[in-house]
Amino acid sequence: MTKRIESLRIVENKRLIKDIFTLELTGSGKIPEMEPGQFVQVKIDGSPGTFLRRPFSVHEVNYPQNTFKILIQIAGKGSEVLSRLGNGDFLNLIYPLGNSFTMPEKDERILLVGGGCGVAPLLFLGKHLKSNGFVPDILLGFRNSKRIIELNEYSELGKVYVTTEDGSRGKKGIVTGHPVLESERYDVIYCCGPELMMKAVVKYCRENKIKCEVSLENLMGCGFGVCLCCVVETVKGNLCTCIDGPVFNINDLKW
Amino acid sequence: MVKLDFSIGDLHFKNPVLTASGTFGYGSEFDDFFDVSDLGGIILKGTTLEPREGNAYPRMAETVSGMLNSVGLQNKGIDYFEKNIYPRVSAYNTNVIVNINGSDIDDYVALAERISKLEKIPAVELNVSCPNVKRGGMAFGTDLKSLREVTRKVRAVCSKKIIVKLSPNVTNIVDFARVVEEEGADSISLINTLLGMAISVKKMKPSLSTITGGLSGPAIKPIALRMVWQVATAVNIPVIGIGGIMNTEDALEFFLAGATAIQIGTANFIEPQTAVTILEGITNWLEIKGYSDIRDIIGYINK
Repeated sequence: MTKRIESLRIVENKRLIKDIFTLELTGSGKIPEMEPGQFVQVKIDGSPGTFLRRPFSVHEVNYPQNTFKILIQIAGKGSEVLSRLGNGDFLNLIYPLGNSFTMPEKDERILLVGGGCGVAPLLFLGKHLKSNGFVPDILLGFRNSKRIIELNEYSELGKVYVTTEDGSRGKKGIVTGHPVLESERYDVIYCCGPELMMKAVVKYCRENKIKCEVSLENLMGCGFGVCLCCVVETVKGNLCTCIDGPVFNINDLKW
Repeated sequence: MVKLDFSIGDLHFKNPVLTASGTFGYGSEFDDFFDVSDLGGIILKGTTLEPREGNAYPRMAETVSGMLNSVGLQNKGIDYFEKNIYPRVSAYNTNVIVNINGSDIDDYVALAERISKLEKIPAVELNVSCPNVKRGGMAFGTDLKSLREVTRKVRAVCSKKIIVKLSPNVTNIVDFARVVEEEGADSISLINTLLGMAISVKKMKPSLSTITGGLSGPAIKPIALRMVWQVATAVNIPVIGIGGIMNTEDALEFFLAGATAIQIGTANFIEPQTAVTILEGITNWLEIKGYSDIRDIIGYINK
């Protein structure tokens, strides 16, 4: 897939919760075809301390409207600057980058597992699955009820299960403790979230022999495979999260 | 039409904008962004005799106006290079230069011999300045005796042009430049990264798995420029300036200081088109200033 460098116009900056927002972007030309799991590298102007671009998963694509969204958590000065941008501002992107989730086989039972802002690529994946005739279940973990984002969007795609660490919504605890994992038998799990959560999901999938892909977020220098900074240890040696990932089959990971 | 070409000995370069090893992969990663053959040359990712996995993650830390890396020469080794990469990079219509690295002098010699047999590679860049490997690398570039020996032994077996990439982590860079010139190097490139360090206060531990790493980016440009100026005024072989060049203005500073050519490094990560943008930029600047040949401004401040 051809990578491009482009300045895109922000159509909308939508605050989901206190520190998480989405930016909806559009191009002067047609936006390229993108696949669930892929990401963009965003140049951040107006933040002198932010030297490198920042990677963000493609969160949702709307081809008829020629727009797509990225989901951002305010984690530092760069994302703080982005949070103040709005309609009419421009962002310079290198995109689309990285690989994508492997589509399931016909009739396979699918579960999407996400947590925190790690849900970013799962909405795009869920919508893509739905348009291909799949009905995934969705299991989302949050710290507490105030951290929950976009539940309505997910409930249009399939059955949604929620855990919160304090029990303020859904089941109390972490995703791997949710009873749905006992009552249902899934063939494929797609996961993106905090590393600890992903590691717990990987462990569960290995123990129960469930196919699983995770989307990793390592520190990146370039995003297109030249700096070799974002490596992850795999059975095939050190691989770049940016070009060999961000989506990895857990059979390849040395977790 | 402004003349931009230059030569290292009898090796001709159509223009003086090259890309730095370790920041440009094997070129093909940039094919979507511009025609790599438009550049004066590309220096490929550091290559070793045996495959190397590099250092553990995390290998990178962003710093003010720059970044630290401790990749540690991850590459698939010379066998893989000859078989899988060489045929592909040979198709570029520009000078494709291989950056070679060893744990000991025999490694450098063996690599130079192998590269000498590759028809489409006109030069090697001797990396004696990588700060991120336990053995070899910077150890050669920061000791005059070792540097002399490695340059001499590679010269003896290498039929290609030799560019020695110097480490800035020394007290007097000119001594090191003179040694490689005396031993028959055809050109000097400088600077490699500066040894640096960062600590995550949040985690209360070093940001890099190796604790220290190489600092690059605009943060090091004034140091690079000073060293290029010192070396360019001390040796008679072409000097290739490297260090934090992000735009045309930066590039022109290096030419004015005495660099015959430049390499674009860290900027490739952020703006992949930097090298061609700078090539256009220096052409325009020379035209506007009424210069017909870039040679007229090389070392201008020393005239």
